[in-house]
Amino acid sequence: MDYLFTEEQKMIRDLCRQIAREKIAPIAAEYDRSEKFPHEAIKIIADSDLFAIFVPVEYGGTGGGVLDLSIATEELSRACGGIAVCYAASALGTFPIVLFGNDQQKKKYLPDLAKGKTIAAFGVTEPEAGSDASAIKTTAEKKGDYYILNGTKHFITNGGEAGIYTIIAMSDRNKGARGASAFIVEKGTPGFTFGKKEDKLGIRASVTSELIFSDCKIPKENLIAKEGMGFIVTMKTFDMSRPGVAAQALGIAQGALDVAVKYARERRQFGKSIASFQGIQWMLADMATKIEASRSLIYSCAKMIDSGNTNVAKESAMAKLFASDTAMQVSTDAVQILGGYGYMRDYPAEKYMRDAKITQIYEGTNQIQRNIIALQLIREAAK
Amino acid sequence: MRGSACSSAWFSGIDMNIIVCIKQVPETTEVRINPETNTLMREGVKSIINPFDMYAIEEGVRLKEKVGGKVTVLTMGPPQAEAALKEAISLGADEAVLLSDRAFAGSDTWATSYTLAAGVRKLKEYDLIICGKQASDGDTAQVGPGIATHLDIPQVTYVKKIEEVKDKTIRVERMTEEGYEVIESSLPLLITVVKEINTPRMPSLRGLMRSKQAKITVLGVKDLDVEATHLGLCGSPTQVAKIFTPPARPEGEKIEGTAEEIAVKLAEILKREK
Repeated sequence: MDYLFTEEQKMIRDLCRQIAREKIAPIAAEYDRSEKFPHEAIKIIADSDLFAIFVPVEYGGTGGGVLDLSIATEELSRACGGIAVCYAASALGTFPIVLFGNDQQKKKYLPDLAKGKTIAAFGVTEPEAGSDASAIKTTAEKKGDYYILNGTKHFITNGGEAGIYTIIAMSDRNKGARGASAFIVEKGTPGFTFGKKEDKLGIRASVTSELIFSDCKIPKENLIAKEGMGFIVTMKTFDMSRPGVAAQALGIAQGALDVAVKYARERRQFGKSIASFQGIQWMLADMATKIEASRSLIYSCAKMIDSGNTNVAKESAMAKLFASDTAMQVSTDAVQILGGYGYMRDYPAEKYMRDAKITQIYEGTNQIQRNIIALQLIREAAK
Repeated sequence: MRGSACSSAWFSGIDMNIIVCIKQVPETTEVRINPETNTLMREGVKSIINPFDMYAIEEGVRLKEKVGGKVTVLTMGPPQAEAALKEAISLGADEAVLLSDRAFAGSDTWATSYTLAAGVRKLKEYDLIICGKQASDGDTAQVGPGIATHLDIPQVTYVKKIEEVKDKTIRVERMTEEGYEVIESSLPLLITVVKEINTPRMPSLRGLMRSKQAKITVLGVKDLDVEATHLGLCGSPTQVAKIFTPPARPEGEKIEGTAEEIAVKLAEILKREK
């Protein structure tokens, strides 16, 4: 399918494909096993200007949109969903500053993020606040020119490795969801430490950590937007970033299909290649069709966002839901096609399956995505 | 402009004019030989920058990043060689020059280095010329040294490290079979580099955008100070009489058994073949 990319988008695709093939694929299994942070790969991605694509030109970026980021994330995920999420999560942590930051904040933080000198992380989730983000307990108490943060965030991608964190905390507990605010917290701020590093099923090259705030004093200039805007910042950030998670799922699915097709052509049973069996052919055809449908949905949604449409909650949820369910199914089928070899760690199929699972869970579980879609449907019908 | 002499190594602000000579070659992993004519089947084969030249480009760009200056990539070839020059720009080179003329066609290593040397002279100011140690298609390793000879400048081949650059001198490590030699030379100098010298970077998005818009200077016979009789096929002392694929070596014989049996069999064979 030709998606009529601009010259620049084709460059991003080809560049990411080259990096994925030459620099990420060869190390993917090793990082999956060791669960070490892929500094080497992140440096290559940074030196290739890929962290610049989600930052506006005036702050050192190339001013690309959500489609550019989706293309990059898809291609990188094709080789390793773990390494790709380190990249995509930095975009997630950067979006609140791009969308709601003031000029001073943008000048201070965006140029280094665009260069990949440091990466970003986004902290909403807490032990008791997952899908119900309004249950967050971390507080931000204003004292003079400072806010004092107290509480614990967990399951934070890039936690410990990122230099810049966007944190959602309650600045006024009495106002419920309207009492949440967004803050920029720099690594190294006194009172800000890292707790447990998670041992995960998949995306093991990425780091997922606990963030602990203990009387962490941050200047009031680090408040993003206004007090009470925390949930709006979160929702708008997720609207922008969901196509990215969907693109991660898409890349994982495409990578799994690539492995399955290659194996089916090479593997011989009953005297012929298993790709000649209709049972395998139909599986491959269904996998490819669902992948292409995901791609169309993601790209359309990304283009909608890039055109300035802000009412994208439904489409963005649909893209994330469909692409991640597809990734799970396609990667499971890829393992099936590889048979016994598919189950073994020496072959790449099982990693795609483990990496795929998280895409159905994070940035809003697929059940929450369905809630968002249904809510929009009902609202539209009520108009 | 060259800076004043200084004592520290890697003095930034030297502003070196670096020329990197590259060649566009067929991707060797895909090359097939026509069994009837014994010539390379180039149709549909992807062209790439000679892999050894990738190290030359990288070293030129790294040197520029350390000491300041400019990297100009130079090649001789058909118009499609522009793609190789643009790729070099995406990897950090600043300018690109293509020597392209029907008169250059069929050049051997002598005529090629003669023409490239004329191209270098046209660029006037230069401090260092970097070439890959050899091209993956011809494997002669003659063009780099040939350019230096035509320009009458010193050369150091098989360089694995640039140790230090000062205002008018450079110190490099030259790889030999036993180890390496440390050579200090005046500038300008031509070096050919081996793959041990660096790890070439990936292109960058900004580099790709720049390369897309880059203007490639194309020079032909009329633009260069050259003797027509020294160019192309006619100017080439080497004449290729025949190209052929060597016949496959016959399969060897494997002697099996205990050590004693093998020794007896081997002795018999040696006697027989005497």
